Amino acid sequence: MTKNKQKKYEFGINSFGDIALDEQGKRLTDAASIRQVVAESVLADKIGIDVVGLGEHHRADFAISSPEMVLSAIASKTKNIKLSSAVTVLSSDDPVRVFQRFAALDAVSNGRAQIILGRGSFTESYPLFGFDLRDYETLFEEKVNLFSELIKEKPVTWSGTMRPALEKADVYPKTETGHIPTYIGVGGSPQSVVRTAKYGFGMMLAVIGGAPDRFKPYVELYRQASKEFGTTALPVGLHSPGFIADTDEGARDTAWPAYQAFHTKVGRDRGWPRITREQYEYEIDHGSLYIGSVETVTQKIARAMKTLDVNRFDLVYGLGTTKVDDRLRTVELYGKEVVPRVRELLGES
Amino acid sequence: MHDIQTVGIIGAGKLGVTVAQLALAAGYTVNIAGSGDPKNIELSVKIITPGATAVTAERAASESDIVVLALPLGKFRSLSPKWFDGKFVIDAMNHWYEVDGPLEDTIPDNHTTSEEVQAFLHNSVVVKALNHMGYHHLRDEAKPKGVANRKAIAIAGDNDEAVRHVSDFVDSIGFDPLLIGGLKNTHALEAGGSAFGANMSYDELHRAISA
Repeated sequence: MTKNKQKKYEFGINSFGDIALDEQGKRLTDAASIRQVVAESVLADKIGIDVVGLGEHHRADFAISSPEMVLSAIASKTKNIKLSSAVTVLSSDDPVRVFQRFAALDAVSNGRAQIILGRGSFTESYPLFGFDLRDYETLFEEKVNLFSELIKEKPVTWSGTMRPALEKADVYPKTETGHIPTYIGVGGSPQSVVRTAKYGFGMMLAVIGGAPDRFKPYVELYRQASKEFGTTALPVGLHSPGFIADTDEGARDTAWPAYQAFHTKVGRDRGWPRITREQYEYEIDHGSLYIGSVETVTQKIARAMKTLDVNRFDLVYGLGTTKVDDRLRTVELYGKEVVPRVRELLGES
Repeated sequence: MHDIQTVGIIGAGKLGVTVAQLALAAGYTVNIAGSGDPKNIELSVKIITPGATAVTAERAASESDIVVLALPLGKFRSLSPKWFDGKFVIDAMNHWYEVDGPLEDTIPDNHTTSEEVQAFLHNSVVVKALNHMGYHHLRDEAKPKGVANRKAIAIAGDNDEAVRHVSDFVDSIGFDPLLIGGLKNTHALEAGGSAFGANMSYDELHRAISA
């Protein structure tokens, strides 16, 4: 809750509601997968994880298409954990409705709502909601602009080409603090970084492949651009996928089939070549897969946070179709062991 | 044309920035253009690609020895062919549905995308290169010549002199050049092709393309 003293570092878990497997290896239903995320978030709250972020997708691999509905359920069963989207695909949503839903979430959670806005890495939502992919850039640009006005919680006058104009529109409910913390998810385009700074939003770096250190100049750019625009540079977070188990080998072996299956499926749509086990191992050793034992993952997270000088790390756990018990174990090891150790390594006990 | 000294990059997104970083590290003079006023990218150029100069697309083309196209494929027709008169052009673009829409809107008749770019830039020489490897691999895998596990970049073009210059450039920024023939042979490098996304050594890439 907001009464908590601001911690220097924050640690989150992120899920897209990946369809999990039961003990027999059978796929859970979409509904059960959503309840699984609620259970994992309840555990996360109990063991002191700071944030849960849920992403929006519209495809068979993921059960969550309305993050704030699930977050709202989590709100009623938890006390401290902050509740965020990760991300809300603003381009194919309506900024007014997004604000209203998160303001409601903020109410039922006593001020724990957060929003990460993004364009998403999939595009199923465009035809689903009647948007044209050719407007990809304009949709996001205009809607971020409108959202930056709405978030001030004052009457808004706005016009653009992608949505009807607003004339002194007052939007409800108002939040108690007058503010919902908002980030933009950034994937590596310098102009996205500059835009994030221009609107005074926090920046969440989505780094799902390659060495994280290449984003160091992006953090610097964010801070410099904030200075130029006269906005306040807010915390910067890093969002990357991972999987934690009792041993390095165990984690690698357990996560590989799920990672491979997902990569192959998405790759078929996007024209990627098949991923090999060697590439997977390389990504774990040198890239942005945080897969391994507590010690390995701890060191990797601490190194990335120090190198990039970021205040927040969100672990995208689950990694596709893994078993319910293995997912819970990841959350448990992350919250109970990895996070406290990373705090130590960063000099915050 | 003499040796390549100045590299113009059109497109200041993930790929353009990565190529700029590699070219700067290799000692080239780099001009980089975004989609609008160079002022919009001045700060990001200063911090992310220090040493490069933010310019208009026209200047990135006309004032450089070699020009890298790193803009969304669906936008190449917004460039003016006359900026490129007599230039060597590296086409590093890919069709990306999310940004470009359906392929047939941009590229009719099952041509390769690079043939279409060449037809549009009719007074310059287009060479396809630097498109098949993901941008973060380009950045992470660049290695000096002779270092073990160096990765390869496929290069295709219809003009030997241009291909030679592009090969030297690719080699100088950290990759083994693999020549694969003319622009019509580049379907293997496009999305869905056997070498799309390839982050491979010379021999592996050669096998992937011949497969």
